[in-house]
Amino acid sequence: MASELVIEAQGLGKSYGRTVALDGLDLSMSRGEVLSLLGPNGAGKTTTVEILEGYRRRDSGHALVLGEDPERAGASWRAKRGVVLQSCEDVVELTVWECVRHFARFYPSPADPSEVIERVGLSAKAGSRIRSLSGGQRRRLDVALGIIGQPELVFLDEPTTGFDPEARRQFWDVVRELAKVGTSVLLTTHYLDEAEALADRVAVINHGRVVATGPPAELGNRLNAPARVSWSGPDGRLSKETHEPTALVRELEGAFGGEVPGLTVTRPTLEDVYLGLIGHEADAKEEQ
Amino acid sequence: MTETLAVPYAATPRRATDAIRAFGVACLARGEVEVKQFFRSKDAVVFTLALPMVLLALLASIFSHDIPGTGVPYSQVYTTGLLAGGVASTSFLNLAVAIAGERENGGLKRLAGTPMPRTAYFVGKAMVVLVTCTMEVAVLLVFGHFAYGVALPASLGRWWTFVWVTLLGATSMSLLGIALSSLPRSSRSAAPVANLPLLVLEFISGVFVPFTSLSPGLYGFAGAFPLRWMAEGYRAALLPSYFQRVELGHHWDETAMALVMAAWLVVGLLLSARTFRWTGRGER
Repeated sequence: MASELVIEAQGLGKSYGRTVALDGLDLSMSRGEVLSLLGPNGAGKTTTVEILEGYRRRDSGHALVLGEDPERAGASWRAKRGVVLQSCEDVVELTVWECVRHFARFYPSPADPSEVIERVGLSAKAGSRIRSLSGGQRRRLDVALGIIGQPELVFLDEPTTGFDPEARRQFWDVVRELAKVGTSVLLTTHYLDEAEALADRVAVINHGRVVATGPPAELGNRLNAPARVSWSGPDGRLSKETHEPTALVRELEGAFGGEVPGLTVTRPTLEDVYLGLIGHEADAKEEQ
Repeated sequence: MTETLAVPYAATPRRATDAIRAFGVACLARGEVEVKQFFRSKDAVVFTLALPMVLLALLASIFSHDIPGTGVPYSQVYTTGLLAGGVASTSFLNLAVAIAGERENGGLKRLAGTPMPRTAYFVGKAMVVLVTCTMEVAVLLVFGHFAYGVALPASLGRWWTFVWVTLLGATSMSLLGIALSSLPRSSRSAAPVANLPLLVLEFISGVFVPFTSLSPGLYGFAGAFPLRWMAEGYRAALLPSYFQRVELGHHWDETAMALVMAAWLVVGLLLSARTFRWTGRGER
């Protein structure tokens, strides 16, 4: 069961007029996984997610989500996957509780509305009109509506855009709770720290294709990249890039006769790797 | 994205009754939310109901005398026109504007992402139109009756005409409103886009201007659309029988009313089914 795929997409293609949004995108996702899509604006993240959610038609390629083609799947399939949309301003005259209960009634086996409201941290606002909620509170309501049907797979499209740092941390806990009970989560985000904090695996999209995929710590062969060892010498800060940082540190220890002042050993950050990936791709395109 | 209106609830139910039950629950849920949202927008409720009353008060004060040689006050005739105009506004105009708004703010997209049977959305709209039209019509009749002595339908048969004209008229105008909601490029332009055809129809259908002062050509042209027949239906329900002589066909033609309204109901249904989009313009 561990290797069961909830998303299998091969060669997804999509153009808007003369603009190519997706250019043969391949993506797969295992059950229970938290997968984050990273990529610059216009890379094709939202198009990919909307094709997999069933909102958009692809021009070419194959897609199976929870075993069905999202273009043809019906209501029973929609009940198994939850969608948290980027922004919604409707039903502002309902209270939070009324709204969540309303959406619960469309699903064959929904969660308890009060319990879902609790999970997204809106219990104190359950009786308030949606009109009176802050932006962050509305996003949490969006999440509640996305998970009320107890989905096996949840799509989160840039869920924390516009959040303050505290709200983001709270939101991360909500996603971790989902993952803990075995829900598969597909998350698109602009924030690398968010992907690093939440995702089991990230997929970097650029120019409509996946250019790299892997666990955040290993992306772009990050762990085998040369490490930068820095220390404070008698004439100021010194540093050296090496494939064997342990040996260098031992050597330094000998040279200093003990503790090395100001020692740091760093590998490229996720951001370094990410910027390298999308920059490299851009260069390759220009050369063609 | 073009979707057909009716996507059956396909949760591979063990029994057909489960599917029917789920459909019923979804329809009731939509109706409840639609009606709740309407009544909670207090300003909208007040102004929607006040508009035809204010118009009747204005027209009745401008034309405060009886129609010469009849003993029937002008307000009686104006009430028939305002009933037709009021029903058209609450169904056609309100739906076109509301749906365009929900399409733009993502409400429709979110509903389309749930397992809600798509038909339930339209059933919910039908419920809110039924409630608002009933209130609008009742308020106008009661206000006209007590403030300006407007006579109520004089027989059971006339009440029946009143009811079916209201129901059929509201249904066909609602479907046309749903169809029109796909036309405006944004929710801001929905009201002007819907208002122009409605106002034109109101003026050539005898809602504000007595149809007897329109040219037969223009009034005949209005006969291609449902509003004129709704107005004629309310005249058949509320005016003394001898008023039939001034009609174009010299009688109140209930068959023609039913046929034209039913025809537009079918046109509206087909147009809506073909053009209805659950996502905003530019989303493909």
